[in-house]
Amino acid sequence: MTNPAPAAAKPGGKSLPPGGPTKDSMHLAESSLIPGDAETIAAWKIAFFGAIAVLVILPIWRPSPFLEIMSFVPDGLIATFTVTFASICIALLLGLLAGLGRIARTTIINRIATVYVEVVRGIPLLVHLFYIYYALGPLLHLNGFMSAIAALSFCYGAYLAEIFRAGLQSIHKGQMEAALALGMSRTQALWKIILPQTIRVILPPIGNEFIALLKDSSLVSILAVSDLLRRGREYASTTFFYLEAYTVVALIYLVMTLFLSRLVGLMEERLRTHGRKNN
Amino acid sequence: MAEKIIRIKDAKKSFGQVHALRGVDLEVDRGEVILIVGPSGSGKSTLLRSVNRLEALTSGEIWVEDDCVTGPHADIRKIREEVGMVFQSFNLFPHLSVTENIALAPTLVRGEKPAVAIQRAETLLARVGLSDKAHAYPDQLSGGQQQRVAIARALAMQPKIMLFDEPTSALDPEMIKEVLDVMLDLARDGMTMLVVSHEMGFARAAADRVIFMDEGMVVESGPPAEIFSNPREERTQRFLEHIL
Repeated sequence: MTNPAPAAAKPGGKSLPPGGPTKDSMHLAESSLIPGDAETIAAWKIAFFGAIAVLVILPIWRPSPFLEIMSFVPDGLIATFTVTFASICIALLLGLLAGLGRIARTTIINRIATVYVEVVRGIPLLVHLFYIYYALGPLLHLNGFMSAIAALSFCYGAYLAEIFRAGLQSIHKGQMEAALALGMSRTQALWKIILPQTIRVILPPIGNEFIALLKDSSLVSILAVSDLLRRGREYASTTFFYLEAYTVVALIYLVMTLFLSRLVGLMEERLRTHGRKNN
Repeated sequence: MAEKIIRIKDAKKSFGQVHALRGVDLEVDRGEVILIVGPSGSGKSTLLRSVNRLEALTSGEIWVEDDCVTGPHADIRKIREEVGMVFQSFNLFPHLSVTENIALAPTLVRGEKPAVAIQRAETLLARVGLSDKAHAYPDQLSGGQQQRVAIARALAMQPKIMLFDEPTSALDPEMIKEVLDVMLDLARDGMTMLVVSHEMGFARAAADRVIFMDEGMVVESGPPAEIFSNPREERTQRFLEHIL
């Protein structure tokens, strides 16, 4: 892999990564092999500022439907945010418990956690939503809002469990041994030694799940929850401006997810740099 | 007559079909420094790790002072407080600074006041010659420095016994001496030490006894001079020819 690299080490118009402009040809070669962060950031800027620009220009260009849509649709943001935020909080808790269960040495706990993850991951989120709202909802007296949060938390708890499990297992077993050898209990070692290191590893993938959940929250519009998508549909179905309403809805989702994905990227960068203190 | 601080009786350990220990008997005096040598796979590390029960024996008994490590009702955490351990791969906590690495266990396990624990961490850092690294993080230190911090971390619990599991095997040659110097200093201080290592220089300078293990058994044991210059067993001779 690296042997032919020096031959391909022509600068070729590509700029060097910041902080490392050396004449070392090996360095150059490697930086040119990896698609630079600069590319991603450029693409991000085009998409993000482009979407914002369109959102600003449209109501100025044609105030008639667009300004109306812009004042009608954002009400749904509150529902979207509430569902997303509540779901991610519960899912994090579920995911942590199930992730710990997946690595537990007690067979029964391990089995329960594994079955939960396997079952949930095998059933589509939309089916979960229908099942909880239409099948269980009447029995448990859940309204659409609560059903939505329950289904999203339940599903994402399983997805997050796998991230927690992988993160926990990525910590060298010498860390646990060193903590135990010092007289700590397993619980103390877990909270003080293993989890703080795990969180650094899993923050970026968890951030990505958060973004995915924000997008998947649009599925709750079928449960009579007035989220962003449903508000768009409500507007469109009375005025027949389908193209216009859904364009605005799509752009608002895009701006939110791009903003969050940039946050995750920044977080990743910060975690890579040194000197951050836990506690 | 010195008091026995560790007593190992017929220790056996098997990992499935592999027999790591096939019946080891060993008694350690208070203040004794023992070097355990032997080819890889001879069970040296397993024996060491059984003393603080990082490995549970298949059968046999291990006593640390009056506590049975292998018993079903052993308060293993209490015993581990008394038995410090240093690992081949250092195993410092990367998310904590050097001082926090050393002070964490005393505050968490012993309930010491942070100020007291930090004070002792500073004293210990001075002892291992790393006072200037108190606020550094493990990945900013060389291997030798990390291992010295690991020793200080173990000492912070004020153990009566120190176990060293190949403490210099992962180090570059020029860093071995700084770690051995700290260990020599500890030995002179009267610490009871069990050391899995092939550092003959350390053995000659500090060890009271050298134990040669092979295939899960103690083949030969005696003072360093005797084992190194005049081994009785053929297996010991062959092994020493390889490493000397």
